[in-house]
Amino acid sequence: MLQIKNLNVHYGVIQALKDVSLTINEGEIVTLIGANGAGKTTTLRTISGLNKATSGQIFFEGADITNMPATQRVKMHISQVPEGRRIFPEMSVLENLELGAYLRNDKAEIKKDIQNVYGLFPILGNRKKQLAGTLSGGEQQMLAMGRALMSRPKILLLDEPSMGLAPLLVREIFDIIKNINSTGTTVLLVEQNARMALSIAHRAYVIETGSIVMSGTGEELSKSDDIQKAYLGGGE
Amino acid sequence: MEQFLQQMVNGISLGSIYALIALGYTMVYGIIKLINFAHGDVYMIGAYIGFAATTFAKLGFFPALIIAMLASAALGILIEKVAYKPLRNSTKIAVLITAIGMSFLLEYVMMFFVGAEVRSYPKVLSDASFNLGNVVINMQQIYIVVTAIVLMIILQYIINKTKIGKAMRAVSADKDAAQLMGIQVDTTISFTFAIGSALAGAGGVLVGIYYNSIDPLMGMMPGLKAFVAAVFGGIGSIPGAMIGGLSIGIMETLVSGYGNSMYRDAFVFAILIVILIIKPAGILGKNTKEKV
Ligand SMILES: Nc1ncnc2c1ncn2[C@@H]1O[C@H](COP(=O)(O)OP(=O)(O)OP(=O)(O)O)[C@@H](O)[C@H]1O
Ligand SMILES: [Mg+2]
Repeated sequence: MLQIKNLNVHYGVIQALKDVSLTINEGEIVTLIGANGAGKTTTLRTISGLNKATSGQIFFEGADITNMPATQRVKMHISQVPEGRRIFPEMSVLENLELGAYLRNDKAEIKKDIQNVYGLFPILGNRKKQLAGTLSGGEQQMLAMGRALMSRPKILLLDEPSMGLAPLLVREIFDIIKNINSTGTTVLLVEQNARMALSIAHRAYVIETGSIVMSGTGEELSKSDDIQKAYLGGGE
Repeated sequence: MEQFLQQMVNGISLGSIYALIALGYTMVYGIIKLINFAHGDVYMIGAYIGFAATTFAKLGFFPALIIAMLASAALGILIEKVAYKPLRNSTKIAVLITAIGMSFLLEYVMMFFVGAEVRSYPKVLSDASFNLGNVVINMQQIYIVVTAIVLMIILQYIINKTKIGKAMRAVSADKDAAQLMGIQVDTTISFTFAIGSALAGAGGVLVGIYYNSIDPLMGMMPGLKAFVAAVFGGIGSIPGAMIGGLSIGIMETLVSGYGNSMYRDAFVFAILIVILIIKPAGILGKNTKEKV
């Protein structure tokens, strides 16, 4: 469904991605794990069109989207929950969700989808009119996810959804990700919480200083010694 | 007391015009963090377009107002595309200098084409006046205030209820997040310039009618005062620009009514300095806190 071939991305002279290649099949949860500054966010931003590729190609459902404007990619149902949530703090919960459906015109269906988001995250339903900036960190994460779902994504890109959340809430968020996936949405999950990510992912890639250094099924990587040492706190 | 009320009436008329101009400053600042110094000149050109529409095309007040607003909107879009968009990733100071340059360019290009002399509008609105107690209210003042209020209500509606308005707020808040919603940032910025410039153009026509004199440099002082009004209200805040505009207009007429009109302009800038010292964010300015 999504295929990245030899992607290179630079920030000025700094090279953030080096020949990154990865494939995500329809219906999968694929996780991309790696340390701080490895290039995870850059990968997602480039898929969404917020960063430009220096070279390489990105294909989505067979179409080359490498140079497509960001809007167009949202139209193709590529949706992202960005790092740090980036909800619109001065707007209400409802307005945030409506913005998630910005490119849609099917009013009745949008209404239904808003109800579905409230079903998935009941707390948001109780806070419709509240300004998003006054929500707690966990609620903001839920809002960011709900907002991304409003575009009816075929693929959902999630950038560290567990960041800053209490363990219990992390569980809940991961259950919801599995749930979203089981209804047919493909998921690319970026995480530093490698243990949790590997436990729900069908396949995983490991990125180090801009290069993919390992890949395999979630299970394979959980057992790998290198992964144990570097990301799962094992081998001590 | 009567004199006070009279000054208030005059102040509100003047203040509504400042508010219309201040809105453009604040909206553009909100979305691209630029003080658009050419904004006062869009107001001036709006006044000339209204002048042409009423004098040469013999149009009435409303058609002239609408034509001036549309033409100013187009001019605003053009200024952004030509002067600011190419500098989207440049330093702030480079864009600021460009804005000042753009301001002079508009002033002197206008001077070249229309001459430096002061012109006056034909009588398109009745200058009848009536007395409320001993306070004299001029029909033109009523037109000014009503027009300004109607335009501000439309603006509020656009910003809060329409899709493009929500896009404007989203782009002002977070350009990357807005793009992830599928919002086109460039289109939204153009639209913001269009609306802000249309309001300034309307202000130009109202001033042309009220003060009955326009010239190519007429945008400088009201432009600066509207900028002060925007800062006073809290730059980036739309209600702030409305309140700021009214406050500056009222204070200015009170100073010239009770004190000395010579100190009027000095007073406005003194207010700016005081505001910047005691409340740098302006009266409705926001110090947003973000959760991590
Ligand atoms: N806007 C930027 N300008 C310059 N360098 C950048 C920029 N954004 C990221 N980088 C650099 O690119 C590299 C990859 O950053 P990226 O944000 O993709 O990492 P990450 O894997 O998401 O890290 P984290 O886990 O901390 O979020 C880092 O070295 C970073 O310093
Ligand atoms: Mg990151």
